[in-house]
Amino acid sequence: MSVILALDTSTEACSAAIITDNAEFSEYEVCPREHNQKLLAMVEKVLADAQLTLDDVDAIAYGSGPGSFTGVRITTGIVQGLAYGAQLPVIGVGSLAAMAHGVFRRTGANHIISAIDARMAEIYLGAYHITELGKVNPLMDEVVTQPHDSINHLPKDNWTSIGTGWQTYKTELLAQQAVNQDSVEFFPHALDIALIGKQQWAEGDFTSAELTTPTYLRNEVTWKKMPGK
Amino acid sequence: MRILGIETSCDETGIAVYDDELGLLSHQLYSQVKLHADYGGVVPELASRDHVRKTLPLIDAALEESGSTKNDIDAIAYTAGPGLVGALLVGSTIARGLAFAWQKPVVPVHHMEGHLLAPMLEEEQPEYPFIALLVSGGHTLLVEVKQLGDYTILGESIDDAVGEAFDKTAKIMGLEYPGGPRLAKLAELGEKGVYRFPRPMTDRPGLDFSFSGLKTFAANTLRAEGGMDNTNEQTKANIAFAFQEAAVDTLLIKCKRALKQTGLKRIVIAGGVSANVHLRAALGDLMKKLGGQVYYPRTEFCTDNGAMIAYAGMQRFKAGHVSNDAVVKPRWPITELLAM
Repeated sequence: MSVILALDTSTEACSAAIITDNAEFSEYEVCPREHNQKLLAMVEKVLADAQLTLDDVDAIAYGSGPGSFTGVRITTGIVQGLAYGAQLPVIGVGSLAAMAHGVFRRTGANHIISAIDARMAEIYLGAYHITELGKVNPLMDEVVTQPHDSINHLPKDNWTSIGTGWQTYKTELLAQQAVNQDSVEFFPHALDIALIGKQQWAEGDFTSAELTTPTYLRNEVTWKKMPGK
Repeated sequence: MRILGIETSCDETGIAVYDDELGLLSHQLYSQVKLHADYGGVVPELASRDHVRKTLPLIDAALEESGSTKNDIDAIAYTAGPGLVGALLVGSTIARGLAFAWQKPVVPVHHMEGHLLAPMLEEEQPEYPFIALLVSGGHTLLVEVKQLGDYTILGESIDDAVGEAFDKTAKIMGLEYPGGPRLAKLAELGEKGVYRFPRPMTDRPGLDFSFSGLKTFAANTLRAEGGMDNTNEQTKANIAFAFQEAAVDTLLIKCKRALKQTGLKRIVIAGGVSANVHLRAALGDLMKKLGGQVYYPRTEFCTDNGAMIAYAGMQRFKAGHVSNDAVVKPRWPITELLAM
Protein backbone atom coordinates (compact mmCIF):
# COMPACT_ATOMS: atom_id res chain seq x y z
CA MET A 1 0.00 0.00 0.00
CA SER A 2 1.23 3.48 -0.69
CA VAL A 3 0.18 6.49 1.36
CA ILE A 4 0.55 10.01 -0.01
CA LEU A 5 0.05 13.15 2.09
CA ALA A 6 -0.63 16.34 0.11
CA LEU A 7 -0.69 20.01 1.11
CA ASP A 8 -1.56 23.19 -0.76
CA THR A 9 -1.83 26.89 0.04
CA SER A 10 -0.79 28.30 -3.34
CA THR A 11 -3.98 30.35 -3.84
CA GLU A 12 -6.84 31.57 -1.64
CA ALA A 13 -7.70 27.98 -0.64
CA CYS A 14 -5.96 25.93 2.04
CA SER A 15 -6.15 22.15 1.77
CA ALA A 16 -4.62 18.87 2.90
CA ALA A 17 -5.33 15.31 1.76
CA ILE A 18 -4.30 11.72 2.38
CA ILE A 19 -4.74 9.00 -0.22
CA THR A 20 -4.16 5.32 0.36
CA ASP A 21 -4.74 2.51 -2.15
CA ASN A 22 -8.42 2.43 -1.36
CA ALA A 23 -9.40 5.59 0.49
CA GLU A 24 -9.23 9.38 0.32
CA PHE A 25 -9.41 11.93 3.13
CA SER A 26 -9.27 15.66 2.62
CA GLU A 27 -9.81 19.06 4.21
CA TYR A 28 -10.42 22.17 2.13
CA GLU A 29 -11.28 25.74 3.02
CA VAL A 30 -11.11 29.07 1.24
CA CYS A 31 -9.51 31.16 3.99
CA PRO A 32 -7.08 33.78 2.71
CA ARG A 33 -4.58 35.04 5.33
CA GLU A 34 -5.24 32.10 7.64
CA HIS A 35 -3.23 29.44 5.83
CA ASN A 36 -0.31 29.55 8.23
CA GLN A 37 -2.61 28.85 11.17
CA LYS A 38 -4.80 26.22 9.47
CA LEU A 39 -2.56 24.05 7.34
CA LEU A 40 -0.93 21.90 10.05
CA ALA A 41 -4.29 21.47 11.79
CA MET A 42 -5.64 20.13 8.49
CA VAL A 43 -2.70 17.73 8.22
CA GLU A 44 -3.44 16.52 11.74
CA LYS A 45 -7.12 16.08 10.86
CA VAL A 46 -6.61 14.04 7.68
CA LEU A 47 -4.06 11.82 9.41
CA ALA A 48 -6.51 11.25 12.27
CA ASP A 49 -9.40 10.54 9.87
CA ALA A 50 -7.23 8.03 8.03
CA GLN A 51 -6.12 6.58 11.38
CA LEU A 52 -2.51 7.02 10.33
CA THR A 53 0.56 8.85 11.63
CA LEU A 54 3.27 10.63 9.69
CA ASP A 55 5.38 7.45 10.01
CA ASP A 56 2.84 5.63 7.83
CA VAL A 57 3.19 8.16 5.01
CA ASP A 58 5.39 7.17 2.04
CA ALA A 59 5.81 10.58 0.42
CA ILE A 60 4.59 14.16 0.72
CA ALA A 61 3.19 15.96 -2.34
CA TYR A 62 2.90 19.74 -2.25
CA GLY A 63 1.37 22.49 -4.36
CA SER A 64 4.52 24.14 -5.66
CA GLY A 65 2.81 27.09 -7.35
CA PRO A 66 2.60 29.37 -9.18
CA GLY A 67 0.29 31.49 -7.05
CA SER A 68 0.69 33.72 -4.02
CA PHE A 69 4.43 33.96 -3.20
CA THR A 70 3.73 33.87 0.51
CA GLY A 71 1.13 31.13 0.18
CA VAL A 72 3.45 28.87 -1.79
CA ARG A 73 6.18 29.44 0.79
CA ILE A 74 3.89 28.50 3.69
CA THR A 75 3.34 25.06 2.19
CA THR A 76 6.99 24.77 1.15
CA GLY A 77 8.23 25.60 4.67
CA ILE A 78 5.86 23.21 6.41
CA VAL A 79 6.64 20.44 3.92
CA GLN A 80 10.38 21.02 4.34
CA GLY A 81 9.99 20.66 8.12
CA LEU A 82 7.73 17.61 7.90
CA ALA A 83 9.80 15.83 5.26
CA TYR A 84 13.14 16.57 6.94
CA GLY A 85 11.79 15.50 10.32
CA ALA A 86 10.13 12.32 9.08
CA GLN A 87 12.76 11.62 6.40
CA LEU A 88 10.27 11.44 3.57
CA PRO A 89 10.61 12.09 -0.17
CA VAL A 90 8.83 15.14 -1.54
CA ILE A 91 6.85 15.50 -4.77
CA GLY A 92 6.23 18.93 -6.31
CA VAL A 93 2.93 19.34 -8.17
CA GLY A 94 2.07 22.54 -10.02
CA SER A 95 -1.05 24.42 -8.97
CA LEU A 96 -2.22 25.00 -12.56
CA ALA A 97 -1.98 21.27 -13.31
CA ALA A 98 -3.75 20.45 -10.05
CA MET A 99 -6.66 22.77 -10.98
CA ALA A 100 -6.95 21.12 -14.41
CA HIS A 101 -6.91 17.70 -12.79
CA GLY A 102 -9.70 18.80 -10.49
CA VAL A 103 -11.90 19.63 -13.48
CA PHE A 104 -11.22 16.20 -14.99
CA ARG A 105 -11.92 14.44 -11.68
CA ARG A 106 -15.22 16.25 -11.16
CA THR A 107 -16.56 16.47 -14.73
CA GLY A 108 -14.53 14.20 -17.00
CA ALA A 109 -13.64 17.14 -19.27
CA ASN A 110 -10.14 16.44 -20.53
CA HIS A 111 -8.85 19.54 -22.36
CA ILE A 112 -8.39 22.25 -19.77
CA ILE A 113 -6.90 25.74 -19.68
CA SER A 114 -5.98 26.91 -16.15
CA ALA A 115 -5.44 30.60 -15.47
CA ILE A 116 -4.74 32.24 -12.10
CA ASP A 117 -5.02 36.02 -11.70
CA ALA A 118 -1.38 36.97 -11.08
CA ARG A 119 -2.13 40.68 -10.36
CA MET A 120 -0.15 43.39 -12.17
CA ALA A 121 -2.37 42.80 -15.25
CA GLU A 122 -1.01 39.27 -15.79
CA ILE A 123 -2.09 35.65 -15.43
CA TYR A 124 -0.35 32.38 -14.61
CA LEU A 125 -1.33 30.13 -17.47
CA GLY A 126 -1.19 26.45 -18.41
CA ALA A 127 -3.09 24.09 -20.78
CA TYR A 128 -3.45 20.36 -20.22
CA HIS A 129 -4.75 17.13 -21.69
CA ILE A 130 -5.83 14.58 -19.10
CA THR A 131 -6.70 11.00 -19.98
CA GLU A 132 -6.82 9.26 -16.62
CA LEU A 133 -6.64 10.14 -12.91
CA GLY A 134 -3.15 11.20 -11.90
CA LYS A 135 -1.86 11.70 -15.44
CA VAL A 136 -1.61 15.29 -16.61
CA ASN A 137 0.01 16.11 -19.96
CA PRO A 138 1.00 19.75 -20.34
CA LEU A 139 0.28 21.22 -23.80
CA MET A 140 2.43 24.32 -23.26
CA ASP A 141 5.06 25.60 -20.82
CA GLU A 142 3.48 27.22 -17.76
CA VAL A 143 3.97 30.98 -18.04
CA VAL A 144 3.19 34.32 -16.47
CA THR A 145 1.78 36.47 -19.27
CA GLN A 146 -0.52 39.29 -20.25
CA PRO A 147 -3.99 37.87 -20.95
CA HIS A 148 -4.20 39.06 -24.56
CA ASP A 149 -2.47 36.92 -27.21
CA SER A 150 -1.93 34.25 -24.55
CA ILE A 151 -4.06 31.28 -25.71
CA ASN A 152 -4.87 31.95 -29.38
CA HIS A 153 -1.88 29.79 -30.38
CA LEU A 154 -3.59 26.72 -28.90
CA PRO A 155 -5.58 24.57 -31.37
CA LYS A 156 -9.36 25.03 -31.36
CA ASP A 157 -10.69 22.24 -29.18
CA ASN A 158 -13.40 21.38 -26.71
CA TRP A 159 -11.71 23.41 -23.96
CA THR A 160 -12.84 23.81 -20.38
CA SER A 161 -11.55 26.71 -18.32
CA ILE A 162 -10.73 27.03 -14.63
CA GLY A 163 -9.25 29.61 -12.32
CA THR A 164 -9.50 33.20 -11.17
CA GLY A 165 -7.72 34.39 -14.34
CA TRP A 166 -10.87 33.47 -16.27
CA GLN A 167 -12.97 35.63 -13.96
CA THR A 168 -10.78 38.71 -14.08
CA TYR A 169 -9.95 38.55 -17.81
CA LYS A 170 -13.05 36.82 -19.16
CA THR A 171 -13.42 39.13 -22.19
CA GLU A 172 -9.77 39.03 -23.23
CA LEU A 173 -9.51 35.24 -22.91
CA LEU A 174 -12.88 34.33 -24.47
CA ALA A 175 -11.96 36.45 -27.50
CA GLN A 176 -9.15 33.96 -28.16
CA GLN A 177 -10.78 30.60 -27.39
CA ALA A 178 -14.32 29.33 -26.96
CA VAL A 179 -14.49 27.41 -23.67
CA ASN A 180 -16.87 25.69 -21.32
CA GLN A 181 -16.49 27.56 -18.07
CA ASP A 182 -15.97 25.48 -14.95
CA SER A 183 -17.32 27.73 -12.25
CA VAL A 184 -17.71 25.24 -9.40
CA GLU A 185 -14.14 25.54 -8.13
CA PHE A 186 -11.54 28.18 -8.77
CA PHE A 187 -8.64 26.90 -6.70
CA PRO A 188 -6.31 23.90 -6.47
CA HIS A 189 -7.30 21.06 -4.12
CA ALA A 190 -4.80 18.90 -2.23
CA LEU A 191 -6.70 15.79 -3.32
CA ASP A 192 -5.64 16.43 -6.93
CA ILE A 193 -2.09 17.12 -5.79
CA ALA A 194 -2.10 13.77 -3.98
CA LEU A 195 -3.42 11.91 -7.05
CA ILE A 196 -0.92 13.51 -9.45
CA GLY A 197 1.82 13.17 -6.82
CA LYS A 198 1.19 9.46 -6.44
CA GLN A 199 1.68 9.02 -10.19
CA GLN A 200 4.86 11.14 -10.21
CA TRP A 201 6.19 9.20 -7.23
CA ALA A 202 5.61 5.90 -9.06
CA GLU A 203 7.57 7.34 -11.99
CA GLY A 204 10.49 8.32 -9.74
CA ASP A 205 9.78 12.04 -10.06
CA PHE A 206 10.46 13.21 -6.50
CA THR A 207 13.07 15.11 -4.49
CA SER A 208 14.38 15.61 -0.93
CA ALA A 209 13.25 18.02 1.81
CA GLU A 210 16.23 20.34 1.23
CA LEU A 211 15.41 20.67 -2.47
CA THR A 212 11.74 21.45 -1.91
CA THR A 213 11.32 24.78 -3.69
CA PRO A 214 8.45 26.98 -4.78
CA THR A 215 7.66 27.65 -8.44
CA TYR A 216 7.26 31.42 -8.69
CA LEU A 217 7.28 31.99 -12.52
CA ARG A 218 7.51 35.73 -11.81
CA ASN A 219 11.13 36.45 -11.02
CA GLU A 220 12.37 39.93 -11.82
CA VAL A 221 9.59 42.45 -12.14
CA THR A 222 8.72 43.51 -8.63
CA TRP A 223 12.09 44.86 -7.57
CA LYS A 224 14.60 47.13 -9.25
CA LYS A 225 18.37 47.12 -9.05
CA MET A 226 20.46 50.21 -8.33
CA PRO A 227 21.59 52.09 -11.44
CA GLY A 228 24.54 50.40 -13.10
CA LYS A 229 24.06 46.99 -11.38
CA MET B 1 17.88 20.18 27.98
CA ARG B 2 18.64 21.10 24.42
CA ILE B 3 16.91 23.47 22.00
CA LEU B 4 17.16 24.22 18.27
CA GLY B 5 16.93 27.95 17.43
CA ILE B 6 15.85 29.34 14.05
CA GLU B 7 16.26 33.00 13.05
CA THR B 8 14.92 34.29 9.69
CA SER B 9 13.47 37.71 10.56
CA CYS B 10 15.43 39.80 8.04
CA ASP B 11 18.46 39.13 5.84
CA GLU B 12 20.40 36.54 7.84
CA THR B 13 19.54 32.86 8.20
CA GLY B 14 20.82 31.79 11.63
CA ILE B 15 20.49 28.34 13.20
CA ALA B 16 21.91 27.17 16.53
CA VAL B 17 21.71 24.40 19.11
CA TYR B 18 21.91 25.45 22.76
CA ASP B 19 22.14 23.15 25.79
CA ASP B 20 21.27 24.57 29.20
CA GLU B 21 24.14 22.65 30.84
CA LEU B 22 26.74 22.53 28.08
CA GLY B 23 26.07 25.96 26.57
CA LEU B 24 26.12 26.78 22.89
CA LEU B 25 26.87 23.60 20.91
CA SER B 26 26.68 24.92 17.37
CA HIS B 27 25.69 27.91 15.37
CA GLN B 28 25.37 28.39 11.63
CA LEU B 29 24.86 31.66 9.82
CA TYR B 30 24.23 32.64 6.25
CA SER B 31 24.19 36.36 5.44
CA GLN B 32 22.30 37.64 2.40
CA VAL B 33 24.20 40.94 2.35
CA LYS B 34 25.66 40.31 -1.12
CA LEU B 35 22.25 39.40 -2.51
CA HIS B 36 20.76 42.75 -1.50
CA ALA B 37 23.79 44.92 -2.29
CA ASP B 38 22.76 45.51 -5.91
CA TYR B 39 19.42 46.90 -4.71
CA GLY B 40 20.82 49.28 -2.11
CA GLY B 41 18.75 47.70 0.67
CA VAL B 42 16.97 44.55 1.76
CA VAL B 43 14.36 43.40 -0.80
CA PRO B 44 11.81 41.51 1.34
CA GLU B 45 10.69 39.10 -1.40
CA LEU B 46 14.28 38.13 -2.24
CA ALA B 47 15.05 37.71 1.46
CA SER B 48 12.13 35.26 1.83
CA ARG B 49 13.21 33.32 -1.25
CA ASP B 50 16.72 32.94 0.05
CA HIS B 51 15.61 31.79 3.51
CA VAL B 52 13.65 28.98 1.79
CA ARG B 53 16.89 27.77 0.21
CA LYS B 54 19.17 28.13 3.22
CA THR B 55 17.24 27.27 6.39
CA LEU B 56 17.03 23.49 6.12
CA PRO B 57 20.67 22.93 5.05
CA LEU B 58 21.79 25.08 8.02
CA ILE B 59 19.53 23.14 10.41
CA ASP B 60 21.13 19.96 9.13
CA ALA B 61 24.62 21.43 9.60
CA ALA B 62 23.85 22.76 13.10
CA LEU B 63 22.44 19.43 14.27
CA GLU B 64 25.49 17.61 12.92
CA GLU B 65 27.95 20.15 14.39
CA SER B 66 26.33 19.73 17.80
CA GLY B 67 26.14 15.95 17.49
CA SER B 68 22.38 16.06 18.02
CA THR B 69 19.64 13.89 16.58
CA LYS B 70 15.92 14.41 17.09
CA ASN B 71 16.05 12.46 20.34
CA ASP B 72 18.50 14.97 21.84
CA ILE B 73 16.34 18.00 21.00
CA ASP B 74 13.71 18.95 23.60
CA ALA B 75 12.14 21.93 21.84
CA ILE B 76 12.31 24.10 18.72
CA ALA B 77 12.50 27.90 19.02
CA TYR B 78 12.02 30.35 16.17
CA THR B 79 11.84 34.10 15.75
CA ALA B 80 8.14 34.98 15.62
CA GLY B 81 8.73 38.74 15.30
CA PRO B 82 9.31 41.58 14.90
CA GLY B 83 10.68 41.53 11.35
CA LEU B 84 9.73 41.08 7.70
CA VAL B 85 6.51 39.05 7.58
CA GLY B 86 7.51 36.88 4.61
CA ALA B 87 10.94 36.17 6.06
CA LEU B 88 9.49 35.35 9.50
CA LEU B 89 7.04 32.91 7.90
CA VAL B 90 9.86 30.80 6.47
CA GLY B 91 11.41 30.13 9.88
CA SER B 92 8.04 29.68 11.53
CA THR B 93 6.67 27.17 9.00
CA ILE B 94 9.85 25.09 8.94
CA ALA B 95 9.99 25.11 12.76
CA ARG B 96 6.36 24.01 13.03
CA GLY B 97 6.65 21.35 10.32
CA LEU B 98 9.74 19.91 11.97
CA ALA B 99 8.18 20.06 15.43
CA PHE B 100 5.08 18.25 14.11
CA ALA B 101 7.24 15.48 12.63
CA TRP B 102 9.37 15.19 15.76
CA GLN B 103 6.50 15.69 18.22
CA LYS B 104 8.37 18.48 20.03
CA PRO B 105 7.08 21.68 21.65
CA VAL B 106 7.55 24.99 19.81
CA VAL B 107 8.74 28.23 21.40
CA PRO B 108 8.09 31.54 19.59
CA VAL B 109 10.87 34.03 20.38
CA HIS B 110 10.90 37.83 20.29
CA HIS B 111 13.80 38.93 18.10
CA MET B 112 14.76 41.87 20.33
CA GLU B 113 14.68 39.71 23.45
CA GLY B 114 17.16 37.52 21.59
CA HIS B 115 19.47 40.52 21.06
CA LEU B 116 18.96 41.70 24.61
CA LEU B 117 19.99 38.32 26.05
CA ALA B 118 22.87 37.74 23.60
CA PRO B 119 25.50 38.84 26.20
CA MET B 120 24.33 35.87 28.30
CA LEU B 121 26.14 33.63 25.80
CA GLU B 122 29.45 35.12 27.02
CA GLU B 123 31.53 34.14 30.03
CA GLU B 124 31.06 37.52 31.68
CA GLN B 125 27.31 37.97 32.08
CA PRO B 126 25.46 40.93 33.59
CA GLU B 127 23.36 40.40 36.68
CA TYR B 128 19.78 41.67 36.71
CA PRO B 129 18.66 44.44 36.78
CA PHE B 130 20.40 46.37 34.00
CA ILE B 131 19.87 48.88 31.21
CA ALA B 132 19.95 47.58 27.64
CA LEU B 133 20.69 49.72 24.62
CA LEU B 134 19.49 47.86 21.52
CA VAL B 135 20.82 49.46 18.36
CA SER B 136 20.46 48.06 14.86
CA GLY B 137 19.24 48.91 11.37
CA GLY B 138 15.65 48.43 12.52
CA HIS B 139 15.67 49.45 16.19
CA THR B 140 16.93 51.99 18.68
CA LEU B 141 15.65 51.04 22.13
CA LEU B 142 16.62 51.86 25.69
CA VAL B 143 15.15 49.19 27.92
CA GLU B 144 15.16 48.72 31.67
CA VAL B 145 15.53 45.01 32.33
CA LYS B 146 14.34 44.34 35.88
CA GLN B 147 14.61 40.60 35.48
CA LEU B 148 14.40 38.00 32.74
CA GLY B 149 11.26 38.87 30.74
CA ASP B 150 10.41 42.05 32.67
CA TYR B 151 11.10 44.92 30.29
CA THR B 152 10.22 48.61 30.40
CA ILE B 153 10.96 50.75 27.36
CA LEU B 154 12.62 53.94 28.57
CA GLY B 155 13.17 55.43 25.12
CA GLU B 156 13.08 54.66 21.42
CA SER B 157 13.59 56.36 18.08
CA ILE B 158 10.67 58.43 16.84
CA ASP B 159 11.93 58.16 13.23
CA ASP B 160 14.99 56.37 11.75
CA ALA B 161 16.78 53.70 13.76
CA VAL B 162 20.41 54.63 14.39
CA GLY B 163 21.70 51.88 12.08
CA GLU B 164 19.27 53.06 9.43
CA ALA B 165 20.68 56.60 9.75
CA PHE B 166 24.22 55.19 9.31
CA ASP B 167 23.12 53.27 6.18
CA LYS B 168 21.20 56.20 4.66
CA THR B 169 24.02 58.66 5.32
CA ALA B 170 26.47 56.20 3.76
CA LYS B 171 24.25 56.06 0.66
CA ILE B 172 24.26 59.86 0.46
CA MET B 173 28.07 59.72 0.63
CA GLY B 174 28.17 57.26 -2.27
CA LEU B 175 29.19 54.22 -0.21
CA GLU B 176 28.01 50.74 -1.20
CA TYR B 177 25.34 48.85 0.73
CA PRO B 178 25.47 47.99 3.57
CA GLY B 179 26.94 51.41 4.14
CA GLY B 180 26.84 51.69 7.95
CA PRO B 181 30.08 49.79 8.68
CA ARG B 182 31.73 51.46 5.65
CA LEU B 183 30.76 54.90 6.95
CA ALA B 184 32.27 54.02 10.36
CA LYS B 185 35.48 52.95 8.60
CA LEU B 186 35.60 56.19 6.60
CA ALA B 187 35.08 58.13 9.84
CA GLU B 188 38.35 56.70 11.18
CA LEU B 189 40.17 58.80 8.55
CA GLY B 190 38.26 61.97 9.49
CA GLU B 191 39.53 64.92 11.53
CA LYS B 192 37.86 66.02 14.72
CA GLY B 193 36.48 69.53 14.91
CA VAL B 194 36.01 70.28 11.20
CA TYR B 195 32.22 69.95 11.39
CA ARG B 196 29.85 70.10 14.30
CA PHE B 197 26.61 68.10 13.90
CA PRO B 198 23.63 68.57 16.25
CA ARG B 199 22.78 66.08 19.03
CA PRO B 200 19.08 65.60 18.28
CA MET B 201 16.60 65.75 21.17
CA THR B 202 19.26 66.14 23.83
CA ASP B 203 18.26 69.75 24.60
CA ARG B 204 15.09 68.57 26.30
CA PRO B 205 14.31 65.94 28.94
CA GLY B 206 13.37 62.41 27.92
CA LEU B 207 14.98 59.31 26.52
CA ASP B 208 13.58 59.15 23.00
CA PHE B 209 15.80 59.46 19.94
CA SER B 210 15.58 61.04 16.51
CA PHE B 211 18.19 60.28 13.87
CA SER B 212 16.65 61.33 10.56
CA GLY B 213 17.83 64.93 11.05
CA LEU B 214 21.48 63.81 11.24
CA LYS B 215 21.17 62.21 7.83
CA THR B 216 19.72 65.47 6.42
CA PHE B 217 22.47 67.46 8.13
CA ALA B 218 25.09 65.24 6.46
CA ALA B 219 23.40 65.70 3.06
CA ASN B 220 23.33 69.49 3.48
CA THR B 221 26.97 69.61 4.61
CA LEU B 222 28.02 67.55 1.60
CA ARG B 223 26.03 69.81 -0.73
CA ALA B 224 27.61 72.95 0.79
CA GLU B 225 31.04 71.43 0.04
CA GLY B 226 30.13 71.04 -3.63
CA GLY B 227 28.19 67.76 -3.72
CA MET B 228 29.31 64.13 -3.86
CA ASP B 229 31.24 64.36 -7.14
CA ASN B 230 33.15 67.54 -6.24
CA THR B 231 34.08 66.68 -2.66
CA ASN B 232 37.47 65.13 -1.89
CA GLU B 233 37.89 62.00 0.21
CA GLN B 234 39.26 63.86 3.25
CA THR B 235 36.20 66.12 3.36
CA LYS B 236 33.92 63.08 3.09
CA ALA B 237 35.85 61.41 5.91
CA ASN B 238 35.46 64.56 8.02
CA ILE B 239 31.70 64.53 7.43
CA ALA B 240 31.56 60.82 8.32
CA PHE B 241 33.54 61.55 11.50
CA ALA B 242 31.18 64.33 12.55
CA PHE B 243 28.12 62.20 11.82
CA GLN B 244 29.39 59.25 13.84
CA GLU B 245 30.54 61.51 16.67
CA ALA B 246 27.07 63.07 16.89
CA ALA B 247 25.22 59.71 16.68
CA VAL B 248 27.39 58.09 19.34
CA ASP B 249 27.32 61.17 21.55
CA THR B 250 23.52 61.25 21.37
CA LEU B 251 23.29 57.58 22.36
CA LEU B 252 25.73 58.24 25.19
CA ILE B 253 23.80 61.21 26.57
CA LYS B 254 20.60 59.16 26.68
CA CYS B 255 22.33 56.17 28.26
CA LYS B 256 23.74 58.44 30.96
CA ARG B 257 20.25 59.80 31.62
CA ALA B 258 18.75 56.31 31.74
CA LEU B 259 21.37 55.15 34.25
CA LYS B 260 20.78 58.21 36.39
CA GLN B 261 17.00 57.89 36.20
CA THR B 262 17.03 54.23 37.24
CA GLY B 263 20.06 54.29 39.53
CA LEU B 264 21.49 51.26 37.72
CA LYS B 265 25.20 50.67 37.13
CA ARG B 266 25.15 47.96 34.48
CA ILE B 267 24.47 48.45 30.78
CA VAL B 268 24.18 45.90 27.98
CA ILE B 269 24.56 46.94 24.38
CA ALA B 270 23.46 44.68 21.56
CA GLY B 271 22.29 44.74 17.94
CA GLY B 272 24.29 45.38 14.76
CA VAL B 273 25.43 48.89 15.72
CA SER B 274 26.86 47.56 19.00
CA ALA B 275 29.78 46.31 16.88
CA ASN B 276 30.72 49.99 16.30
CA VAL B 277 34.19 50.48 17.79
CA HIS B 278 33.68 54.16 18.59
CA LEU B 279 30.43 53.43 20.46
CA ARG B 280 32.05 50.60 22.46
CA ALA B 281 35.00 52.77 23.47
CA ALA B 282 32.81 55.72 24.43
CA LEU B 283 30.45 53.57 26.54
CA GLY B 284 33.41 51.85 28.15
CA ASP B 285 34.84 55.22 29.19
CA LEU B 286 31.48 56.40 30.47
CA MET B 287 30.91 53.32 32.62
CA LYS B 288 34.44 53.50 34.03
CA LYS B 289 33.76 57.09 35.03
CA LEU B 290 30.44 56.10 36.62
CA GLY B 291 31.94 53.07 38.38
CA GLY B 292 29.72 50.69 36.46
CA GLN B 293 30.20 48.09 33.76
CA VAL B 294 29.27 47.61 30.12
CA TYR B 295 28.49 44.19 28.61
CA TYR B 296 28.49 43.19 24.93
CA PRO B 297 27.94 40.04 22.96
CA ARG B 298 30.94 38.93 20.87
CA THR B 299 30.99 40.71 17.52
CA GLU B 300 29.45 37.81 15.56
CA PHE B 301 26.43 37.83 17.89
CA CYS B 302 25.86 41.58 17.54
CA THR B 303 24.14 41.07 14.19
CA ASP B 304 21.21 38.69 13.76
CA ASN B 305 22.02 35.09 14.62
CA GLY B 306 20.47 31.80 15.69
CA ALA B 307 22.43 31.49 18.94
CA MET B 308 20.56 34.33 20.65
CA ILE B 309 17.23 32.85 19.54
CA ALA B 310 18.19 29.42 20.89
CA TYR B 311 19.30 31.00 24.19
CA ALA B 312 16.16 33.16 24.60
CA GLY B 313 14.08 30.17 23.45
CA MET B 314 15.59 28.01 26.19
CA GLN B 315 14.68 30.60 28.86
CA ARG B 316 11.10 30.81 27.51
CA PHE B 317 10.89 27.02 27.24
CA LYS B 318 11.93 26.60 30.87
CA ALA B 319 9.24 29.13 31.82
CA GLY B 320 6.68 27.01 29.95
CA HIS B 321 6.08 29.52 27.17
CA VAL B 322 5.44 27.03 24.40
CA SER B 323 2.74 27.80 21.86
CA ASN B 324 0.72 26.12 19.14
CA ASP B 325 -0.22 29.49 17.70
CA ALA B 326 1.49 29.75 14.31
CA VAL B 327 0.99 33.50 13.93
CA VAL B 328 4.05 35.62 13.15
CA LYS B 329 4.13 39.22 14.40
CA PRO B 330 5.92 41.71 12.12
CA ARG B 331 5.24 44.36 14.78
CA TRP B 332 5.53 43.16 18.35
CA PRO B 333 6.38 45.53 21.22
CA ILE B 334 8.85 43.89 23.60
CA THR B 335 6.75 45.11 26.51
CA GLU B 336 4.00 42.64 25.49
CA LEU B 337 6.18 39.72 26.51
CA LEU B 338 5.17 37.72 29.55
CA ALA B 339 7.44 37.91 32.56
CA MET B 340 9.32 34.75 33.45
